[in-house]
Amino acid sequence: MAYMHIGKDFVPPDVPGKVTGRIKYAEDYTREGMVYSRLLTSPIPHARVLDIDASEALAMDGVFGILTADDVYPDGEPQSTGLKILTNEPTLVGEPILALAAIDEKTAETAISRINVTFERLPFVLDPLDSLAEGGANAYPGDQNTFVFRQGFATEKWTEDQVASFRAGNEPTAEAQQTWSLGDLEAGFAASEFVYETTFTTAGYPHHSMEPRSAMAYWEDGKLYLHGTSQSLTALADGMAPIIGVPKEDIVFINAATGGGFGQRARANSIPSMAIPAKLSQKINRPVMMRITREEEFTIGGARQGFQGWIKAGFKPDGVMSACDLYIISDNGGKGGGGDASSAADCIDVLYQPDALRFRGTSIGSNTAHRGAQRGPGQNQIAPIIAPILDKAADALGISRLEIRKINAPRNGDVAGPRQTPFTSAYVPESLDMATRQFDWEGRQARRRQRNGSKVIGLGLGQGYHNAGRSGMDGIVTMGTDGRLKIHNGVGNLGTYSYASTSRAAAEVLKMPWENCDILNVRTDNHLPITSPQDGSNSIFTNTRTMFGAATDMLNKMKEIAATDLGGDPADYDVSNERVHQIADESIGYTYAEVAQRATELGGKFTGEADLPEELAEWTQISVSRLAGSAFMGVYHDPRHEGNPPGFTVTCCEIELDLETGKYEILDMVTIAESGTIVHPQGMENQLVGGAVWGIGLSGYERHLYDPQNGLPASTGYWQSKVPTYLDTPVKIGTGWVDLPDPENPVGARGIGEPSMGAVSAALTAAITDALDGHHFATAPITADMIINHLAGTEENAAPLAQNNFRG
Amino acid sequence: MNPKVTRRRFIKGVVASGAAATTTGMWYAANGQDRPGGAVERLIRINVNGQMRSVDVAPQETLASTLRYKLGLTGTKLGCNRGECGACTVVVDDVATYACSVLTHSMKNARIETVEGLESPNGDLHPVQQAFVEELSPQCGYCTPGQVMAAVALLRENPNPTREEARHAMSGNICRCGSYDSYLDGVMRAVQLG
Repeated sequence: MAYMHIGKDFVPPDVPGKVTGRIKYAEDYTREGMVYSRLLTSPIPHARVLDIDASEALAMDGVFGILTADDVYPDGEPQSTGLKILTNEPTLVGEPILALAAIDEKTAETAISRINVTFERLPFVLDPLDSLAEGGANAYPGDQNTFVFRQGFATEKWTEDQVASFRAGNEPTAEAQQTWSLGDLEAGFAASEFVYETTFTTAGYPHHSMEPRSAMAYWEDGKLYLHGTSQSLTALADGMAPIIGVPKEDIVFINAATGGGFGQRARANSIPSMAIPAKLSQKINRPVMMRITREEEFTIGGARQGFQGWIKAGFKPDGVMSACDLYIISDNGGKGGGGDASSAADCIDVLYQPDALRFRGTSIGSNTAHRGAQRGPGQNQIAPIIAPILDKAADALGISRLEIRKINAPRNGDVAGPRQTPFTSAYVPESLDMATRQFDWEGRQARRRQRNGSKVIGLGLGQGYHNAGRSGMDGIVTMGTDGRLKIHNGVGNLGTYSYASTSRAAAEVLKMPWENCDILNVRTDNHLPITSPQDGSNSIFTNTRTMFGAATDMLNKMKEIAATDLGGDPADYDVSNERVHQIADESIGYTYAEVAQRATELGGKFTGEADLPEELAEWTQISVSRLAGSAFMGVYHDPRHEGNPPGFTVTCCEIELDLETGKYEILDMVTIAESGTIVHPQGMENQLVGGAVWGIGLSGYERHLYDPQNGLPASTGYWQSKVPTYLDTPVKIGTGWVDLPDPENPVGARGIGEPSMGAVSAALTAAITDALDGHHFATAPITADMIINHLAGTEENAAPLAQNNFRG
Repeated sequence: MNPKVTRRRFIKGVVASGAAATTTGMWYAANGQDRPGGAVERLIRINVNGQMRSVDVAPQETLASTLRYKLGLTGTKLGCNRGECGACTVVVDDVATYACSVLTHSMKNARIETVEGLESPNGDLHPVQQAFVEELSPQCGYCTPGQVMAAVALLRENPNPTREEARHAMSGNICRCGSYDSYLDGVMRAVQLG
C-alpha cells in the first residue's frame, strides 16, 4: 500500500535537542527555592529497622526535614512484592530507609551521617537454591521466600537431597508452584528420535540505564509538578498518582526525554522512588531535587530475573520438535516480581511449535537487587539456552540447522501459549530465508570450525520472539483554526521515537503534511490520552491503532460538517491537500482551517462536548473535559483486538574465537525483523542494532556478582557488570525486515524492541558452541574464563547452577 | 590522537592519583556545594566555549559539576560520575576528556568545549550534530552529547577515519541503548559533511 508517511524516514522533533544538549532530562531542571534530598539506604542485605534517631540531624542548620516509611505508609507497609517508596524492612543492600532534605547535598549527607538507625540483622540468602533447601535463609519479611499470586508471601522448601540432585544436573522432583502443559508429553518423547536433557542457568543483571532515576518535584496551587524519568508518560502518571496519594487531575508529570528504561521504568510501581521528592516537597513546602547516583541506580533500578532450570527436548526423525519439558526456578531478588519463567516456556511454544510442552516454575527470593521486566523478560533468557539444542538435534538427525528451524517455525494460522492463542500474522519461514540469504548462510558453511592458528570460526543462527501489541487505549487529536493538526500523544519518549512514529498514523489518515503537525507530549497537562505503558514492545501496535482511530473520527466529522454545509452525503467527500472536498468536484469543500472554524462554531460532538466514546479511561476523560469546546476534536477508544500480535527476529552471525584467550570477535552479523509493516525504517534499524548489543551482553558479559560473606553487590558499575562497548560489537550489523502487514493493525504494524535481542543472543551462543565443537555450556553469559576453563579441562570454582555469582 | 595526552592515558592517571570522584560519599564533595572558609582560591576564570567565565569553584569540584551546576551547561550529562561511561565527555584542548574525572581548578589555562558550543552563531549545527540527526544516531539521547564531543575530537585529530578507527576512538563512550552502529554511521557521514 502506498503511504504518505508510513514506512518513510523523518526527523523526530526531539532529535535536534539530543545532539545539541538542549533537551532536558529530570535532573536538568531547577526551581526557585529548590533544596536537595539524599537517601539513607540499608547497608545490609536483610534487616528490620528497630529505631531511627534523627534528632541531631534535624537540629542542624540547613536541614528541612526527613521522610520515613512511617510517613509514606501510615497504615503500615504494603505486604506485597515490589519496590516500596521507603521501608523499615529492607531485603537488599541499598534499599532506601529514609530521605532527608537540606539546603545542599553536603549538608544532607552530613546530616544523614548523624542519624542513628538501629537495625536488627536478619539472615540473608543470595542463591534461590540455598533458600529452597531446608534450613536455608529466607529473603522476604516474615521469614518467607516466595510470593504466591492472590495468596501472599509463603515459604517453599525442598529436601536437601532434592536440591543436591538438581544441582547435580537432574530433573527437579519437587512440586512446582506453577504448571501448564499442552499435548501429550509422554507420547511426544516416545516419538522422539533424539532427546536432549540438561540443567542450565541464566544470570540476572542490572538494567543500568544511562540516566540515573533522579527526580524533582514541587507543589503549586494544589497541583504536584513532577519532573521524572519514565518509559511511559500518561501510563506513568496514571499509576503514580495513587502511589503519591494525589488525585489524577492534580498531578502534572513532565518528561521530555528519558535516558533509557529497558523495562524498569515503564510503570509507576517500578519507579516508586519518584514519590520521595514529591512527598518530601509536600512535607517541607519547597521544591525538592533528588539526584540518584550510579550505585543507587543499580540498587533501585532493578535487574533481570536469573534462571536455574532444567530442560528436556525431543525431536522426531524428521526434525519436528515433539516434546519439550521445562522446569525453572526463577530468582525473584529482594523484592519479588516478574513472570519471566512462564514467558520462556511460551516462547519455546511460539518459536518451535512442539507437539507437547510442559512448563513448571517456582519463584524464590534472594537478598539481591529488585527484579522486574527487562527487555524480553523470559523470552530472551531462554533464547541462548535453546538455540544450541536445536543445533544438536539437527546434527544428530542429519538435518541442516536452517532446515530444522524452518520445519518447526510458526506460520500464519498457528497458535501458541497456554491459551493456544492464534497469531494475528506470522512470517517466520520468510524471515529465516531472508536472513540466511542476506548473510549467505549456506555459502559460509564451508568456513564452519575452520582453524587459523589459535582461532576458530563458529557460525550461529538464532530466533527471537516477543508478543508485541495491546489494545483498549484512547486517542485524541485536535485542530485549531490555523488548520494545524495537534496530535495529543501520551506515549513516553524512551528513545524508540514511537511517540513520533505512532503520531504518523494520524497524519496519514488526514493526509496531512508532517510539517503541519504538532505532537503534544512532554508533559501530561498537554491534555493527553491514556496509553498502555511503553513496555512489551507494544507501543507501535497499540498506539497506531489509537492515533489512527482518533484521526478517523476527525475525518468523519470533517466530512459530516462539509456535507451539512455544502450539500451531499459525507460519503461524497474525501480529503487531500489539507482540504475536505467533494470527490466529484474538488472545488467544493473547506480548507482544514475552515472546517476547524466551523467545528468550533458548531461545538457539541465536534469539540468534545458531547457524544464521547463511553469507554474512555478516567485519565482521557479528564484531558478531554479540559479541552472541550476549545478546538475541533477527534476522540477514539480502541476496542480489543483478536489474537497475539508477535514480533519475530532471525539473526545469523560468524565469530572467530581465540582458543588461547577465550575471547572472540564477531566478524559478521545480520539480523532480520518480522514485525508487520515498518512505520519508521531508521527507528526500526535502531531497535535492531540496539537489541543486538543487548543480545551480545546477555550471551557474553552481563551478570550479577555478590559478596557471599556480606551480601554486598560487586557489580554496581558499568565495568563491573560489563556492558558491551563499541569494541565488543561488530563493526557493522546488517539489518532488514520482511515488511508484510498485520491485519489487526490499521497500518499493518507490530513491535520489535525485545525480540531483536533474543535472536542475537541465540545466534551468538550457537556460534560459540559451534566454535567449541558443540560444547554446550547451557548458561548465559559464557565468559572468556569459562571458555578457557573448558578448553583446559579445568573444573570451575562456581557451585553448580549458582546464581548472583560466577556462572549465573 | 594527541600523543601527549590521550583520554585513556589521562583517565589512567586520574585513577592512579586517586583524584577521581567516585562513590556516593563523594557526590556532594564533587559537585561544588561545599563552602569552606580559608585561603583557597575560589573565584577562577575558565575558558568555556570561547568565553572566559568567572566561577566560584570548590577545591574538590569536578569540571562536570561546574559546567552543569554553576554554568547551567546541562548538555554535559552525568551517567556514572566515575569515569566509566563517557556521558560527560567534553573537549579540552582538542582532547576528548571525561568532565567527571578532572578538577575544575586544573582547567584554568585550558580551552573547554561543551556540546552547547558547537552550533554556529547562525544556528547551523556542527557537521557531527547534523550527521547524527540525519543518521538518527541517538536513541534515548542521554549519552549523545558525550558521543558528539568524542566524535568532534576524533575528526579534529583524524578528519578521514576508517569505520574501524572511529570505532576505537569512540570506545570510551558507552551507549546502553546499543546505538553504536548508528553513531558510527553518523561519524562516517560527518566525514562527508566535513
